Amino acid sequence: MTNHSVSVKDLTLNFGAVKVLKNLTLDISEGEFIVLLGSSGCGKSTLLNCIAGLLDISDGEIWIKGKNVTWAEPADRGIGMVFQSYALYPQMSVRGNLSFGLKTAGVPRAEIEKRVARASEVLQIEPLLDRKPSALSGGQRQRVAIGRALVRDVDVFLFDEPLSNLDAKLRADLRVEIKRLHQQLNNTMIYVTHDQVEAMTLADRIAIMKGGHIMQLGTPDEIYSRPQNRYVADFIGSPSMNFIDGQLQDGVFARGDLTIPMAGYNYASPQPPGGPATIGIRPEHVVTGELVGNAPVQLDVTVDIVEPMGSDTLVWTEVAGERFRVRMDGHAQVRHGEPLRIGIVPARASLFDAKSELRL
Amino acid sequence: MSTTATSGPAAAAAPRGPKPRRLSVARIGLYGFLIISALFFLVPLYIMVVTSLKTMPEIRQGHLFGLPETWTVQPWIDAWMHACTGRDCNGLSPGFWNSVKITVPSVFISIVIASINGYALSFWRYRGANLFFGLLVFGAFVPYQVVIYPLIIALREVHLFSTLWGIIIVHTIFGMPILTILYRNYYAAIPSELFKAARIDGAGFWQIFVRIMLPMSVPITIVAIILQVTGIWNDFLFGVIFAGRNNWPMTVQLNNIVNTTTGTRTYNVDMAATIITAAVPLIIYFISGRWFVRGIAAGAVKG
Repeated sequence: MTNHSVSVKDLTLNFGAVKVLKNLTLDISEGEFIVLLGSSGCGKSTLLNCIAGLLDISDGEIWIKGKNVTWAEPADRGIGMVFQSYALYPQMSVRGNLSFGLKTAGVPRAEIEKRVARASEVLQIEPLLDRKPSALSGGQRQRVAIGRALVRDVDVFLFDEPLSNLDAKLRADLRVEIKRLHQQLNNTMIYVTHDQVEAMTLADRIAIMKGGHIMQLGTPDEIYSRPQNRYVADFIGSPSMNFIDGQLQDGVFARGDLTIPMAGYNYASPQPPGGPATIGIRPEHVVTGELVGNAPVQLDVTVDIVEPMGSDTLVWTEVAGERFRVRMDGHAQVRHGEPLRIGIVPARASLFDAKSELRL
Repeated sequence: MSTTATSGPAAAAAPRGPKPRRLSVARIGLYGFLIISALFFLVPLYIMVVTSLKTMPEIRQGHLFGLPETWTVQPWIDAWMHACTGRDCNGLSPGFWNSVKITVPSVFISIVIASINGYALSFWRYRGANLFFGLLVFGAFVPYQVVIYPLIIALREVHLFSTLWGIIIVHTIFGMPILTILYRNYYAAIPSELFKAARIDGAGFWQIFVRIMLPMSVPITIVAIILQVTGIWNDFLFGVIFAGRNNWPMTVQLNNIVNTTTGTRTYNVDMAATIITAAVPLIIYFISGRWFVRGIAAGAVKG
């Protein structure tokens, strides 16, 4: 067929009367790192389970490596999966955990030993091979779980929120290791998470899901800079984007006294539309300090709440009667009640249709 | 501050270090209640033990609580080998071995089937699984007496009435609902991701059960063994109905010994026979109780 590593075609999944996934289509290229991102209940883990063959689908097709595996057993799909709770077999040693899948597949003993040795070398778990999972730390357990997928020599790796059970520091460490692993192996990887930092740092492409639909599929930069709709714009970015509802007329966004000429804005359609619209401005794209003078639009606001976070400071103000967050330098000296001059760059803003919430 | 000041009476007034324990009225009441409860169960046991070690003339003197003046183990030997159960005078020993022959296979078979049931019900959600489980739960509440007559007919039709296998089948059937519920709930607490991981590793129904679930089932199996051994060993009703004269379990034999009145009633032999009969569930409980605690502790550390 094509050179798609994994293809999901018109996938529908119903749990009784509830449609969990709706006509979902997704093509993943060879060696690509795809992150399925969304809040809980959006269907991202369900989609992963469908690809793995752990859930029977209601309609559609799943292709892996040019083979239609819609009806195939999980073990026959050429996938390896890593779970959030590690799911290591508690009564087996690490070696037993790694070799279990190979034993059931009837791989010769010498070959098993070779593959276990290689996987444990890649993941640096050689000293742990004879321990039981209960004697391992969370990070070590997750390495073993990755190793279990690794020994099977599969084409596609599936990760189901693998880092969510780890503490923040370990999560950051293992995140880098997963990225290194991907560079080293160049396998196709599908990674489910609700953590946007993981998504942004790991993914070649991110699929943002909501209610069983993919809201946007694109590179991290596309998702961040040109969100296709208001949901994606709101979901990605921390602190999240500021939204102001108003009117777009002849290339000028207006809300009461506030007018923002959208000069330099890259419209989704060739004709600049008009009508009710929402402007979205990321807190980190608001200009403050000495550079305000360079910004095309400048506003005077009053500081309400200041949240110092060390590396930067989040300042809450009000623009056109709406809460408005501004991200400032960590050394910024601002206090409650003080006036502040901010600058807005329309080229970096996003405009959404007020009704359809799609990008304009 | 000097060191003498901290150890003086002033320091005792200031709260510091471990809180001093005081015996309150409530505590005394609590311990009193516990001691009385313990006596309530232990005094009859004491009387049974000392009576079983007395000679008949001494028992007739009526000193219920007194220790034996002349100690004897003859009642125990009689109870085991010579006491009369109706016409036969072979003591309890045939009944003991009958009980072993009934209990061991019944416990083993019922646990094997129930664990497979529980495993299938919690991991392989086949169509109708919930209905099946509902029926099983209902089965746990059916009064035994209701099904005895139909069971007699059914076993007669397959020529298993009054046989060893007949009674084993009856015990297996009646143990099934509660044991299945036990195993199903135990397996329901195991993360389903473990099952999914095994499926991705290519393991099938039996491989997952034998290689992964069974090794994790030690604690619940100990519970099941205690439950079944105690229940089946102490059973009287099914034994007397379904086992047949040759296979009557110990409880039936005990009843016959105690109720056989030819000449004088030998209280010491009755007491010894009763203790022997009750010993098996007690021993099982003491031995596996320790395993039980160990099993729980091992299961608490999730892999």
